[in-house]
Amino acid sequence: MWSFSEIAKNIDLWLNDLVGSTWALVLEMVIAGVAVIGLFAALGLVLVIMERKVAAWIQIRLGPNRVGPKGMFQSMADTVKLLVKEGMTPDGADRLLFNVAPFIAMIVAMLLMAPIAFAKDFQLWDMNIGVLYITAVSSLSVIGILMAGWASNNKYSLLGAMRSGAQIVSYELSGGLAILAVVVLTGSISLTDIIKAQENGWWIFKGHIPVIIAFIIYIIAVTAETNRAPFDLAEAESELTAGFHTEYSGMKFALFFLAEYINVFIVCAIGATLFFGGWMPLHIGNWQAFNHIMDYIPSSVWFFGKTFFLIFLIMWFRWTFPRLRIDQLLNLEWKYLLPISMINLLLVTLIAILGWHF
Amino acid sequence: MYRETEIIKDAPQFGEPGFGDLVINVGPQHPATHGVLHLIITLNGETIKDIKPNLGYIHRSIEKMCESLTYRQFIYVTSRMDYLSAHINNHACALVVEKGLQVEVPERAQVIRVLFDELTRIASHELWWGAMAMDLGAFTPFFHSFRERETINVIMEETCGARLTMNYYVPGGVMWDLHPDFQKRVKDFITLYKKKIHEYDELVTGNIIFQNRMKGIGYISPEDVISYGCTGPVARGSGVHSDIRKVSPYSIYSKLDFDEVLETGGDSFARYVVRIKEMHQSIKIIEQLIDNIPEGDFQAKTKAVLKLPKGEYYQSVETARGELGVYIVSEGGTTPYRIKFRSPGFSNLSALNHMIKGGKIGDLIAAMGTLDLVIPDIDR
Amino acid sequence: MTNEELKVKLTELLPSATFEEGGEWLNVYIEPAALPAFAKQLKSDEVLQFDFLFCLTCVDWKTHLTMVYHLRSTKLQHAVVVKAKLDRTKPEIETVSDTWRTAEFHEREVYEMFGVHFLHHPDLRLLILPAGWEGKNPMRKDFEDPVNMIKL
Repeated sequence: MWSFSEIAKNIDLWLNDLVGSTWALVLEMVIAGVAVIGLFAALGLVLVIMERKVAAWIQIRLGPNRVGPKGMFQSMADTVKLLVKEGMTPDGADRLLFNVAPFIAMIVAMLLMAPIAFAKDFQLWDMNIGVLYITAVSSLSVIGILMAGWASNNKYSLLGAMRSGAQIVSYELSGGLAILAVVVLTGSISLTDIIKAQENGWWIFKGHIPVIIAFIIYIIAVTAETNRAPFDLAEAESELTAGFHTEYSGMKFALFFLAEYINVFIVCAIGATLFFGGWMPLHIGNWQAFNHIMDYIPSSVWFFGKTFFLIFLIMWFRWTFPRLRIDQLLNLEWKYLLPISMINLLLVTLIAILGWHF
Repeated sequence: MYRETEIIKDAPQFGEPGFGDLVINVGPQHPATHGVLHLIITLNGETIKDIKPNLGYIHRSIEKMCESLTYRQFIYVTSRMDYLSAHINNHACALVVEKGLQVEVPERAQVIRVLFDELTRIASHELWWGAMAMDLGAFTPFFHSFRERETINVIMEETCGARLTMNYYVPGGVMWDLHPDFQKRVKDFITLYKKKIHEYDELVTGNIIFQNRMKGIGYISPEDVISYGCTGPVARGSGVHSDIRKVSPYSIYSKLDFDEVLETGGDSFARYVVRIKEMHQSIKIIEQLIDNIPEGDFQAKTKAVLKLPKGEYYQSVETARGELGVYIVSEGGTTPYRIKFRSPGFSNLSALNHMIKGGKIGDLIAAMGTLDLVIPDIDR
Repeated sequence: MTNEELKVKLTELLPSATFEEGGEWLNVYIEPAALPAFAKQLKSDEVLQFDFLFCLTCVDWKTHLTMVYHLRSTKLQHAVVVKAKLDRTKPEIETVSDTWRTAEFHEREVYEMFGVHFLHHPDLRLLILPAGWEGKNPMRKDFEDPVNMIKL
C-alpha cells in the first residue's frame, strides 16, 4: 500500500547508493528542512483559509469567495500582500530584539515539528524523550512574545506581552499534568511507544473518565498556550489594539501570524497523538474484522483527520466564546484547572497501578 | 487637530505615590471606543486608577450651526448627532417646534412616528448588542444581530429613502406616506425576530464567561445615577425610574401598553438585561400599532415659513441611549436664538470614571460597552 | 407640586428670587452669589428634592449671559428652571458640581463655549475644544471664524 514510510525508505536507499552514507545523511537533513518549511507554508495557507471558512460558516456569511474556486486562493493573495508590504520598525524600538522576535517564534514552532509522527513509521526524529522535548520547547514560545512586546516600545505591546507571559507560564502546568496522565498510563515518554500502546484502542476510550478529564484540560490549556480566543488576552484587540504585535507589519507580522497557526497545528497533533492514537486507526479491542477494515485507511489520513478535527474544535471555541479577563484567566488556572489535574493525575496513577484500564 | 497627550512630568520615584503608573491613550483610534473617543487612562499594572475623557474629535458645533438654520432645516442636522437613533432625535426636534407653534399632529403621523421610533430603538440595541459582544472578544454575535438589523434598515429604506440618517420627520407630521409594503415587512420582521431572539440568550446571555465578565462590573448606585445625570438603560439598570415615555409621556405613548424595564443590579449585566428586555417591549409596542394605523393625513398643514413665538421651549424624548433634551430659546424669528441638545451619552460618559476606577482594563471595555456610547452624540 | 406651590416655597427659601411664568415650567431668577446655597437647599429640601440636573447651559444675550439650570425631582416629578444673569465681560459663578456631579462636565462645556468661569470647579479645563482655544468662546454671538464657520 502507498505509504510515507515506503517513500522515505526508498529515497534513503537511493541516496545511499548514489553518494555514499555520509552525504546521504546531509542531503536527507536538507530534504527534511525543506520539507518542514514547505509543510509550514502549506499548513499556514490551509489553516488560514480553514479558519476563515469556519468563521464564515459559524457567522452565517460566505467568507472569502472571490479569489480562485470558492475563494480557496485567498490566503495565497494575502501572503503576496504581506510579502510586498513594508516591514516597519518604530522609532525608539530595540531594533535587534524587534527584528529577531518573529524568527524566535517561528523557530520554536519549527522545532516542535521534529518528534511528531505524521504517519506510520514516518517521523523526523524518533527520540525517546518525545513528550519531555515537546513540553520543554513549547515553553520557549513565550520568549518570542516577550521580546516582541518589550522591543516594540509601545505600552499596548508591553501589556500584551506581560499578559501572555503570565498566561503561558501558568497554563504550561496543567497542560503538562494532562500530558502526564497519558505518560503514566503508557509508562513511557517516547511518542512512538505512546502510539503503539493505543493499538487496541485510543487512550480517550481506554482510560475511563480521568483521561477524558485530562483531555478537556489539555484542550483548554493549549488554547491558552497558543493565545487563541477565549484566551487571546495577549492580543485582545478590543483592549490592547493588537497586543504584542501592534507594531509589526508586513512579513514580520506574517511570521507571528504563521507561528500562531503552526502552534495550533502542533498542539492539536500532539493532542491527537496522546489521546486519539496519532496515526493509529480506530481499533476496538479484539474485533479482528473491524480492525482490519480500519487498517485499509492510510495512517496519514487518520493522523491528519484527527488533528484537523481538534483544530476545528479550537476554531469553534474562538468564534463562540467571549474573552476572559486577566484575573479570571489566572484564577481559572490556579484555582480550578491545576488542582483538578493534580487529583486527576493521582486517579490515573491509581488506574495504571491497578490495571483498571482496558 | 491634534492635542498633545498628557505625560507624567517629573516621574515619581520609588516609594512615592504614583510610582510605576502607566498612562495610556485609549483612542482616538481604538477598536473598543467605537469612534473617536479619547480616554487618557492611568494604569497601575492592569488596574485602572483614573480615566480622563478627552472629547471633541468629531465636534461639529451642531448647536452653533442650528442658530443659522430655520426650523424646518435644523431637524436634519440632528440626525447626525446620535446617528443610531436618528428618527428619535428628529422626533424631539419636531415635537419642540410643534410645541412652540401649537400644531396638532394628525393621529396617523403620530402612530407612524412611534412605529419608526421603536424600530429605531430595536435597530440601535441590535447594533449595541453585537458591538458589545465584539468588545468582549466574541465576534459571531455581531453578524447575528446584523441579520435582524438589516431587515429594519430595509424597512427604513423603503419608506424614508435612507438607511441611517433618515430625515423623515417634519414639523407637523412625517415627510410622506408609508410605503405600501410597510405593514407586511414589519410583520415579517416580527416573525423573524421572535424566531431568532432566543439565539441571543444562548449565544451570549447564558455564557458563563460572559456572565463573569459582566456581573458586578461597573457598579453605579441609584443615587450616583441621578447625581451624574445618567439616563436610559444605564439609569434603569440601577433601578431608577427614568423612561421619558413613562415619566412625561409624549406623542401617543401614554395610550400604549408597555412596561418600563427596571433592573436593580446596577452593574453591567443589569444594563445588558435592560436593553435586551427593552427590545421585547418595543416589539410589543409595534405589535399593538402595526394593525391599527389610522387613516388620514400624514402631515398637518403648516405655514411655509415657521416662526416660533418668543419664549423658551424644552422637550425631552427617550432615545435608545437615554434622555435627549432639546432646549430652544426663540426671539420670534425664523431661526432659533439659542439651541441646546442635552445628549444622553455626554452625561453617561461622565460617570465612567466613577464606575470603573479600581477595575481592570477588561472591565473598562465591558462597562463602556454597556454605556452604549455614540461619539457624535457626545461631541455634537 | 404645581408651579404656584413651588413659587411660594421658593420665595420662602430665597426672598430675593424673582419669577417668570408662561412657559412649561417655573423660571426662577437668582443672584449668582446665592447659587451654591440655593442649589443645596433645592436638592435637600424635603418637599422639593430636585436631585436631577438634566440640563445645564448658558445663553448669550449680547448684553449679558444667562446661566440656565433645568432641575427635576426623580421622586416627586416636578421641574423648575433656575437662571442667573452674569456679567458678559467677566462672567463668574460658583460651581454646582458638588451638588449635582453631572454639572462637572456640563460646566466644562459652558466654560469653553462661553468663557464662564466656575469657581471651585474640581477640574476646569477644555473638554471638547483642543488646546489653544482658551478664551475664544465660540458659542458667543460675536464669535467669528472666517475659515471654519459656514453661515447659511
